[in-house]
Amino acid sequence: MPGTFQESYAQDMAIFRTPLQWGMLGLFLIVLFTCPLFCSDRILTIMTMIGIAIISVHGLNILTGYCGQISIGHVGFMAVGAYISAILTAKLGWPFWVALPCSGLAAGMAGLIFGLPSLKIKGFYLIMATIAAHFIIIWVVLHLRSLTGGADGLTVPKPKIGSLVFMSKASYFYLVMVIACLATFLAVNIGRSRVGRAFVAIRDNDLAAEVMGVNLWSYKLQAFFIGCVYAGVAGSLLVHYYGFASVDQFPFMDSVWYLGMLIVGGMGSTTGAILGAVALKLLDELVTVVGPVLSAAVAAQAAASLALITRGLILMLFLIFEPRGLAHRWGMIKAYYRLWPFSHEESE
Amino acid sequence: MNFFLQLVVTGLALGMVYALVAIGFVIILKCSNAFNIAQGHFVLIGGYLGYTFLVPFGLPIWASLILAIAVAVVMGLLIERLAIRPLVGQPELAMIMMTIALATVLEGLATLIWGGEYKTYHGVLPTVTLKLGQISIPPESLIGLIVSVVTVALLMALFRYTKIGLAMRATAEDLQVVQSVGIKATTVYAVSWVIACVVGVIGGMLLGGVSGVMIPLAEIGLKAFAVVLLGGVNSIGGAIVAGIILGVLENVAAGYLDPLLPGGGLAQIFPFIVMIIVLIFRPYGLFGLVRIERI
Repeated sequence: MPGTFQESYAQDMAIFRTPLQWGMLGLFLIVLFTCPLFCSDRILTIMTMIGIAIISVHGLNILTGYCGQISIGHVGFMAVGAYISAILTAKLGWPFWVALPCSGLAAGMAGLIFGLPSLKIKGFYLIMATIAAHFIIIWVVLHLRSLTGGADGLTVPKPKIGSLVFMSKASYFYLVMVIACLATFLAVNIGRSRVGRAFVAIRDNDLAAEVMGVNLWSYKLQAFFIGCVYAGVAGSLLVHYYGFASVDQFPFMDSVWYLGMLIVGGMGSTTGAILGAVALKLLDELVTVVGPVLSAAVAAQAAASLALITRGLILMLFLIFEPRGLAHRWGMIKAYYRLWPFSHEESE
Repeated sequence: MNFFLQLVVTGLALGMVYALVAIGFVIILKCSNAFNIAQGHFVLIGGYLGYTFLVPFGLPIWASLILAIAVAVVMGLLIERLAIRPLVGQPELAMIMMTIALATVLEGLATLIWGGEYKTYHGVLPTVTLKLGQISIPPESLIGLIVSVVTVALLMALFRYTKIGLAMRATAEDLQVVQSVGIKATTVYAVSWVIACVVGVIGGMLLGGVSGVMIPLAEIGLKAFAVVLLGGVNSIGGAIVAGIILGVLENVAAGYLDPLLPGGGLAQIFPFIVMIIVLIFRPYGLFGLVRIERI
């Protein structure tokens, strides 16, 4: 009989069950962390950006994918984390390793405030509340000129832990990747824990969940808090990377785009969040490469419109043809490989 | 007092614009239970269409209007057939994301075709400026008022007296029952998207004639959602009333509070603050139906 059999509870619950999976993980981590040795700075920049996006999308996945609370204000919460971190390090001179968790906590708090309406509303109404959250946050940032520099932005020092300064692209790559790996590990385990199960119950039917004894009030706010902590950390990493914080780094459409990553990747799946972030960030890179060529060949505005149209079309195509996202397709490929040469599992 | 009245009147104008966008949104929602984020982008396209037909083509107003409506009908049919119909029966989020994607594509198309530039055709449309004492009534409010009233009257008649209108309301209520009595749901969906497109495009043409067309015109759609929520998502009359309330409130609040706040700009987020408050205290709005849920 082929197959892997679980003989104990611990085995059944393990994320990595076979030596092959452990080997793949080890190989992946080795390749990932030796990237700076053989990759150009440009590729490292792209990968750093992907890492930051992955952290952010993990947060959105917990909030939207697991708990079903759709948020189109995610970038607003990133901005909260970013500005808190920027103000703490630039104005108060706090060390980066203190400011980073603080930025996560601050964004989480903001998430709690704007998550309050979620106790009474859902679906479209909640989307509207999160859109409102985005615009209110950005407005507040613009108007607290003495703290945030308003529209002029704020210069942020490069992060520094002890005597180690993350100046080079490679060192920042390591910083982001370590945090991204930790974030992924946490996200996987949140999804498997009691909290994660409660989130899924709320997503599938909140009334039924409440009847079963899931405390909606507590868990919905927890989802907002956790999701926004991720956003805050990602925002902090983003502005420290650029060495500059400005509201232009947090446009409203990016919130939509993070949700797009989640849909392309697959809702409610940690793998999906990673796949979606990687796929769409790479698509963005492709557009920035192709755009100027097209602009020169067709018309000046072609580049700007190309980005918008490809984004929209990709989202549309995924919604129609692959609504469960890349993670589902990936699962099917894995199942096919596992079952080959048979095409079906007996139980299905 | 004059300052206050002027603020109210300008607010009325703004409210009418909000209401126009909100009506299109409510129609889609009433008929196909889809929340259409792209409504503001229909307005944007309408504005650019108005510019194209009036300025480079140099057509008379009535011909431009007919052509713009024709384009809107085609656009509505295409959108419904290609983007919306495949998603019938999918979760609510899928439909919302689809309209967001639609908005992105429409914005991209507008950038591609018209370069995303500021276009204006001020003076081509007849504008009337009335003065009541010391208060001047901006032309937007008159045009907006007339168009809104006509649109609402037509739509109310449609929903109350025509067969397709009744079918639309029934479809919103229960898709399965409607199909079982032999109403073609696809026709109903197509008609509702066509109507929303036409309303949006007409609104955009009028708005464009007053304030010019540019990509941020689409953002009026986002603000109009506050109107929709305040009025209740499934009430056309509510959209009008809420539009006026919100427009006036926004203007008065901005007029009195902006000097007190450093930097001002309260008008930009005022609808959103109202939105949050409405969502917390009265999620179904002033005139909306309270949805009863069963497990």
